[in-house]
Amino acid sequence: MSDFEPKIVGFLCNWCAYGGADLAGVSRLQYPPNLRPVRVMCSGRVDPLFIIQALKEGADGVLVAG
Amino acid sequence: MEKCIACGTCYEKCPAKTADEYNEGLAKRKAIYVPYPQAVPLKYVIDEDRCIYFKKGKCKACEKFCPTDAIVFDDKEENLTLNVGSVIVTSGLKPFDPAGLDNYKHAAFPNVLTSLEFERILSAGGPTTGHVARPSDGEEPKKIAWLQCVGSRDLNRCDNEYCSSVCCMYAIKEAIVAKEHVGAEFEPTIFYMDMRTHGKDFERYYNRAQDEGVRFVRSRVHTILQKDASGTLEVQYVTDEGTNMVEDFDMVVLSVGMEPSATAPELADTLGIELNDYRFVNTEDTAPVTTSRPGVYVAGVIQGCKDIPQSVMEASAAACQAGISLAGARGSAVIEPASTEETDVRQQDPRIGVFVCNCGVNIGGFADVPAIAEYARSLPNVAYVEENLFTCAQDTQDKMVELIKEHDLNRIVVAACTPRTHEPLFQETVRNAGLNAYLFEMANIRNQCTWVHSNNKDIATEKSKDLVRMAISRAALLEPIPDLSVDVKKSALIIGGGAAGMNAALSLADQGFPAVLVETSDTLGGSAKDVQKTAGGQDVQAFLEDMTQKVKNHPHIEVLLNSEIVGASGFVGNFEAEISTNGQTRTIEHGATIIATGGSASETEEYLYGKSDRVFRWHDLENDPKTLETAKAVAFIQCVGSRDDNRPYCSRICCTASVLQAIAIKEDNPDTDVYVLYRDMRTFGEREILYKKARQLGVIFIRYSLDRKPVVIETKDGLEITVFDPILQQNLILPVDLLNLQTAIVPTDNTGISEMYKIPMNEDSFFMEAHAKLRPVEFATDGVFLCGIAHYPKSLDESLAQSMAAASRAATVLARATIQIAPTVSQIDPEMCIGCSLCEEVCPFGAIAMDEVEGKGYRARNIAASCKGCGLCASSCPQKAIDMLHFRDGQIAASVSAVA
Repeated sequence: MSDFEPKIVGFLCNWCAYGGADLAGVSRLQYPPNLRPVRVMCSGRVDPLFIIQALKEGADGVLVAG
Repeated sequence: MEKCIACGTCYEKCPAKTADEYNEGLAKRKAIYVPYPQAVPLKYVIDEDRCIYFKKGKCKACEKFCPTDAIVFDDKEENLTLNVGSVIVTSGLKPFDPAGLDNYKHAAFPNVLTSLEFERILSAGGPTTGHVARPSDGEEPKKIAWLQCVGSRDLNRCDNEYCSSVCCMYAIKEAIVAKEHVGAEFEPTIFYMDMRTHGKDFERYYNRAQDEGVRFVRSRVHTILQKDASGTLEVQYVTDEGTNMVEDFDMVVLSVGMEPSATAPELADTLGIELNDYRFVNTEDTAPVTTSRPGVYVAGVIQGCKDIPQSVMEASAAACQAGISLAGARGSAVIEPASTEETDVRQQDPRIGVFVCNCGVNIGGFADVPAIAEYARSLPNVAYVEENLFTCAQDTQDKMVELIKEHDLNRIVVAACTPRTHEPLFQETVRNAGLNAYLFEMANIRNQCTWVHSNNKDIATEKSKDLVRMAISRAALLEPIPDLSVDVKKSALIIGGGAAGMNAALSLADQGFPAVLVETSDTLGGSAKDVQKTAGGQDVQAFLEDMTQKVKNHPHIEVLLNSEIVGASGFVGNFEAEISTNGQTRTIEHGATIIATGGSASETEEYLYGKSDRVFRWHDLENDPKTLETAKAVAFIQCVGSRDDNRPYCSRICCTASVLQAIAIKEDNPDTDVYVLYRDMRTFGEREILYKKARQLGVIFIRYSLDRKPVVIETKDGLEITVFDPILQQNLILPVDLLNLQTAIVPTDNTGISEMYKIPMNEDSFFMEAHAKLRPVEFATDGVFLCGIAHYPKSLDESLAQSMAAASRAATVLARATIQIAPTVSQIDPEMCIGCSLCEEVCPFGAIAMDEVEGKGYRARNIAASCKGCGLCASSCPQKAIDMLHFRDGQIAASVSAVA
């Protein structure tokens, strides 16, 4: 397990978390490359079924940020 | 400037370093720099004073490495002449410089910081990336002291006798945030004179700080010494009881006050406007954003110390005034863009064009762009792939239009930076190529990939491929979405005929927009009818009379007295209100709604109110001059029913009201004894001068605390008040003839309006605006605006500013014939809907209506004009009857599937 790298699906709210991720880039903050962001217009858009789908299809984790 | 793509290469190569002003000198920057990360436009500039080329004539490293030839060394400052109809002054503030305070040693002791310096230390983008560290040794401090009123309320060590209004709140905020960063063991202490948390919901924040372990000490620190080489500080102060205290702190933060920007005198001279004694722009309370020169308006701290919400309100108010002056010229400089015929792609199979951007070296330098492009070519539905040095460059845009046509592309993916800044640009490009704007998708491989994984090219390349694959999967399912617009009824409904409502009506009517003003009582004027003078000394009754006449005689204003709203429906641009006047109901169609339902002083049973005819409330005493004349001693009690468990908010205006009345009594008869019993004196801003004047006139201010409230009894000669004086440390017995109580200001019962317009109230039943700081007169529901005491207790000048702000925001709706709406809204399938109304309940914007359908009960309907496309309804619908255009379940699922 030592070289295990999780694949994380991130549902990011366009107005805050996604903007924050952009600003992390502008500030050149380095962080692990495991997140695959999916932009949504509000974290309220995230249907629980999306989370189940992500996990079912092989994601190791799901982040909902908003 | 057009050429700079903010790639940052120049910054990396520039050899000249200097202190970074944005980080208050706590970090370094280069001679070529962006002033702060959120700068708009995001462009680099050269600091001529630091640039080696400008100083020594050689270097030009930036020019050598700039990939877009954006460096212009001989760029010169230009003087421009603009013809304008109005000027708005918003030149802001200068923080007080504590260098002159020899007792606080800001310059000498590294661990004595200003509040702005500490703000940068708390910031994730600051010099310590948000880690709280003291400058002397980088250690995490365990004890920090905040010192209030540094450069405020002080004529002894500086010339700023006013209160800066905002420092109490920001000190509490810094203390709470620092505790969040450092941890439970952190001990913040705030040394203060009066805690001034007079803003909306501020008192709750103050209470929370006390609960979370922020210590508040009422004392002005007189001396700070540096204890040892590590930089630990010894703080010396005197307590209420008169005890000398010496306490060690790891850091001291000076809560510096605000001064008008240094350019104020020069600017005032240029514009020909008056400044007041403190070099703030002079205004009158009855015209709070109007300067001494017609056509020149003012907003923000350059007019006087204030917080963000008040500054934002004034900004809109100033825009309103400019809008009135320029009403005749409205729209005369608008240029309509040409439109291109749209190709119908709905029956076509997806032919996706992928453009992978190098962004100079920003992407290409940290990921293998050719490999990403090659990978894109292998994916389904991809018809064309190209790499660009800069996809956003104008020539690339032009070429893209040609390529889209040449290769019959019907979906476009750009793998580059962030859609938050560049999506509109590329949507315009695809539109120019005859494609619907929503057939476009971005893969953010710069901000969220190469910039944050710049140390590993393989990893950045792999992640970029994933992001491109996700975007392409989604793009294949994108569909054209037609533009959406609604017509606007160019009139407004204003609910509430007080000063705020009347001023809002006038502000709109003067711009040519008809307004209907609805008032429940039989007269206009509201709570201002009881007020004699503003804090600035203007005659309120004369002003009110004048305004009432203007409202009654205005050709564009219809006044409905004895009227109330009994029903409301519709959405921005298209509202319908049912108004009942003396039992008769009529319907009024209008485009915008302004709520100004006001408030009043609350009743009380405390302190013999209602039991003794010597006890008065608010303005009742000053409006009864005969009784007042006979009094030899008068007392005021503050915070009656405010700032307690029942109403944990400050009513904001009571301290100033009492001080004004106390001054008037003393000026009429200096021999009358006047006492003000208070908890914290909240004469914020320049109201502080009145507080000082009252003390000079001999008004006696005695502090009491909630756990030791004054006791009032009636004697045969009058009243007797017993109050514990914390300075003397003993009970005082005050025989007085009259007592005036400043009871809490409460809002008018807004339950009906709140339900009809689906707009929220806060815990204290004041209306809750869309955003406390940035949208102080708006609601989440478009087209509905707020002003006056219905928002929070406020003085006349503040109500007038807010009412102009509400009118200004309403005018942004009414000025247009149609409103363009983002068409990415919810779509409801009426066949699948079971009418459960869960969507209506969860929608924060009032964008779902429940229609009755014969034989089927209710069915949900989307009100596109109110919909913000958040998708809460879609994710909540148990029937899956709702989907979001452009963010359909299937489109999101496609991105998710592409991750695996």
